[in-house]
Amino acid sequence: MASQSLDITRRSATTTQPPNIRGDVPQVAKLIDISKCIGCKACQAACMEWNDYRDKVGTCNGTYNNPPDLDADQWTVMRFTEYEPEAGKLEWLIRKDGCMHCADPGCLKACPAPGAIVQYGNGIVDFHEEHCIGCGYCITGCPFNIPRLSKKDGKAYKCTLCSDRVAVGLEPACIKACPTGALVFGTKDDMTHHAEGRITDLKSRGYAQAALYDPPGVGGTHVMYVLPHGDKPEIYEGLPKDPHISAWVSVWKGVTKPILGLGLGVIALGGFIHYVTKGPNEADDEDAKEDEHEGR
Amino acid sequence: MKAADRISRYSAQERANHWVVALLFVLAGASGLALFHPAFFFLSNFFGGGTWDRILHPFLGVLMFLSFLGLMVRFWSHNHYTPADREWLRRFRDVLNNREEGLDTGKYNAGQKTLFWVMVTTTILLLISGIIIWQPWFAPYFPIGLLRVAVVVHSLSAWVLIAGIFVHVYAAIWVKGTVRAMTRGDVSRAWAKKHHPAWYREISK
Repeated sequence: MASQSLDITRRSATTTQPPNIRGDVPQVAKLIDISKCIGCKACQAACMEWNDYRDKVGTCNGTYNNPPDLDADQWTVMRFTEYEPEAGKLEWLIRKDGCMHCADPGCLKACPAPGAIVQYGNGIVDFHEEHCIGCGYCITGCPFNIPRLSKKDGKAYKCTLCSDRVAVGLEPACIKACPTGALVFGTKDDMTHHAEGRITDLKSRGYAQAALYDPPGVGGTHVMYVLPHGDKPEIYEGLPKDPHISAWVSVWKGVTKPILGLGLGVIALGGFIHYVTKGPNEADDEDAKEDEHEGR
Repeated sequence: MKAADRISRYSAQERANHWVVALLFVLAGASGLALFHPAFFFLSNFFGGGTWDRILHPFLGVLMFLSFLGLMVRFWSHNHYTPADREWLRRFRDVLNNREEGLDTGKYNAGQKTLFWVMVTTTILLLISGIIIWQPWFAPYFPIGLLRVAVVVHSLSAWVLIAGIFVHVYAAIWVKGTVRAMTRGDVSRAWAKKHHPAWYREISK
């Protein structure tokens, strides 16, 4: 997959085709099998190490969520939920949260800075912080509440799916660190196939609703979950059931703006046409007449 | 024509206030359009690039609102609609064709009054929605759902305001003798009699 980082499917605030001559780059995906995750946070540590960021040491908020939330310096977090499927039964749900790498990325759609957000041919959605202007529009565009503005430099950050590693044929750092095989990485087809096997296994163990989470509302994602309770994604710390780019964002960034931009041009042109057809509205001739009349 | 024959329409303070607002409108408008659509992103170059554009735009906007408050207070009482305005709106086609005889217009016609209220409404909406989406100072305190609504309100209000200002500027070019009212402060008697007869009678008393 050499030079795949030069294949760009989409580029923020760009209305022409980005460099993309190959076009048949394999689609990649990370599969997170929630039923295999033990919450060890090795992936969190590996992410910090490879991407070389260090969130400030916070305080314990009474849960295992530590740090409690994503940040510009924390691109993935384990989210722990104590779930009672029925009275007297307890399941500890652990979801690795981070960018889902949507096929139809809301962040990229919302971004006004050319080239600050790109989507590579392999499906990875990446922020190029040197082009980021710090407006935070990506935050409004994202259906998963992922991007965070850094307090240090005012730029937006999120998981890159280790695009730098993937570009040279390595798997993302979190995958490499996972000790249970809960995280796997490969082409999206392979990961979908792998998930099918896992789901069959889960169903045979009593999880009748086990399912793959690859939400079609955002065109599918390049980070997918195997959910034991596939019918209730929201129990996994609010994983949205049917995520899609907000209608407000679509109105804001869809056809409206080109039409409104054109509208301003039409108004300006309309003024010019009015001037050359109807002519100016002058009162000074009458001034002169009046002056004559009054003998001045 | 003698200078004494000219009628004062705007005081020096009113003119200064108007042009401060106008300048800030151009700066806030251009820096905002840069973020409105990629076709206008080049405008951010006039402000030192995308990041400077993003930093400066909200401050320019707040300054525009504060200076516009001055115009709002000064012109508020002149902009209430009267029965003569209804007649003006009914004969809008005549007005566009330079046939405004018989219209008893006061200091402002219905078009100018409408524009005034459009500017009042849009600048207030721009201020409120703009503060909500202002990174990094205020936006983090609001829910993302509200940010999404606010950016739409902000860009639509801005569009209406810009479109309104286009009309405002064109009308001043179209109706000769108008620009001088805001640059030098005075208009000719004929201008006042033709375009604002009721105002002319009032000040001639």
